[in-house]
Amino acid sequence: MAYSEKVMEHYTNPRNVGTLDKDSKSVGTGLVGAPECGDVMRLQIEVDENNVITDAKFKTFGCGSAIASSSLATEWLKGKTVDEALTIDNMDIVEELALPPVKIHCSVLAEDAIKSAINDYRVKNGMAPFELAKSHH
Amino acid sequence: MELPIYLDNNATTPLDPRVLEAMLPYFTNKFGNAASRNHAFGWVAEEAVDYSREQVAKLIGCTEKEIIFTSGATEADNLGIKGVFEMYQDKGNHIITATTEHKAVLDTCKHLEKAGARVTYLKVKEDGLIDLQELEAAMTDQTILVTIMYGNNEIGVVQPIKEISAIAHKHGALFMTDATQAVGKIPVDVNADGIDLMAFSAHKMYGPKGVGVLYVRRKNPRVKVTAQMDGGGHERGMRSGTLNVPGIVGLGKACELCRLEMDSEAKRLSGLRDKLETALTQLEESYVNGNVNHRLPHVANISFKYVEGEGLMMAMKDLAVSSGSACTSASLEPSYVLKSLGLSDDLAHSSIRFGLGRFTTEEEIDYAIENTKKAVNHLRDLSPLWEMFKEGIDLSKIEWAEH
Repeated sequence: MAYSEKVMEHYTNPRNVGTLDKDSKSVGTGLVGAPECGDVMRLQIEVDENNVITDAKFKTFGCGSAIASSSLATEWLKGKTVDEALTIDNMDIVEELALPPVKIHCSVLAEDAIKSAINDYRVKNGMAPFELAKSHH
Repeated sequence: MELPIYLDNNATTPLDPRVLEAMLPYFTNKFGNAASRNHAFGWVAEEAVDYSREQVAKLIGCTEKEIIFTSGATEADNLGIKGVFEMYQDKGNHIITATTEHKAVLDTCKHLEKAGARVTYLKVKEDGLIDLQELEAAMTDQTILVTIMYGNNEIGVVQPIKEISAIAHKHGALFMTDATQAVGKIPVDVNADGIDLMAFSAHKMYGPKGVGVLYVRRKNPRVKVTAQMDGGGHERGMRSGTLNVPGIVGLGKACELCRLEMDSEAKRLSGLRDKLETALTQLEESYVNGNVNHRLPHVANISFKYVEGEGLMMAMKDLAVSSGSACTSASLEPSYVLKSLGLSDDLAHSSIRFGLGRFTTEEEIDYAIENTKKAVNHLRDLSPLWEMFKEGIDLSKIEWAEH
């Protein structure tokens, strides 16, 4: 099965690859997936005092679609408020990257990574974590 | 050098132009049905089929009458296993095979289990070879067939066929082997190896797709299989259906070329394979899968830890290879062959199979080495697991959220 142009594009030129200081209070880190399942995503956000995501970085172990999904997620996160970021739905990623059904789990993982990074940030800053829907898997 | 480079010769091989040349007349003016006994068109076709039988027989050391032409190795596996089970039901119902067999064997055995067969699936050792003592222990007076592949399609390990057939025979069972990856690549001799039935196909040895062979021994012992298709009684009644004359001519020619060129070709290919393997295992945390002393000359299966196979193949976009990663199949399960060796799922996900062939050049291997190294390094830069490994974090201690 051939990859969509957008997947190839993100895969070839991944945006925002890297690492933020996970110990910083302004950084939230989400690490989701499992090596045995063939994909692990680490997504990090940096949030300013106005609750705006000023930076986002990722590293992903996985197939091309998983890498593209996380690259796209970091691109979308930058400039959004945390509340706006929470509204990103995995189906938005599926649509944007034209992922086939067998790759939908990659987008689910990216959504989980976003939410898990936000919760890490909230907990670090004395807020209660959001209840995460566990219906995906 | 043309890109992309084909390094997936265990999946299929290109047709050798010499094979194509031999086949062409049998598509056009020599189009006869080999079963037409009463005119020249039929005789020409029959003669071509007989000649092919000789060429095939010479390669594997049998007689012409022991060759049953089929549509490929999958059909030959089905015919051999189901045919023996049905023919020898009175003697017993027990079949022994191994967990690393091709699906054509495993699924056929599963099918027979529903029909009353008892099947033992031998585990393999870490290097991919079966344990002969376990085989010996699994034999019973009900065992009618032992079927163990010659060379493995994913990792290339070659089983100790002579020893296996000796154990089968000692207990009065027949020995069958799926030799699809081995015939034409390494010396296979049905008498020296003690083989009673053997399946293989043309398209893995530079012949056409859609044609294969079931070798069925005629002497010491005389083996019979129950036909799985009813019809005109072709192939001594064991496989009905009009013979695929151009395909069979191609198979014969392919066998002849393999026989004549095997020695020099095996040396050349193992040299290139070793060069590739030596260069790629210089990368940190890369491991060769399967026994390196008993294997086919043209296969290398390497796991690059902390990168995922499908993602890696995307980065190796000028190389046509395959991976044991789940993502390459619809099942989302990593290779059952690699898992049978005791590889953890993450290492199975990280594996790449390089399959060299007759048309692989040294220049292509040099390119493949550079391309693969670059791709592995690129993906490790993207891999959170690689970063954690480099920081000294024990990944096995992390509680991963299985999904």
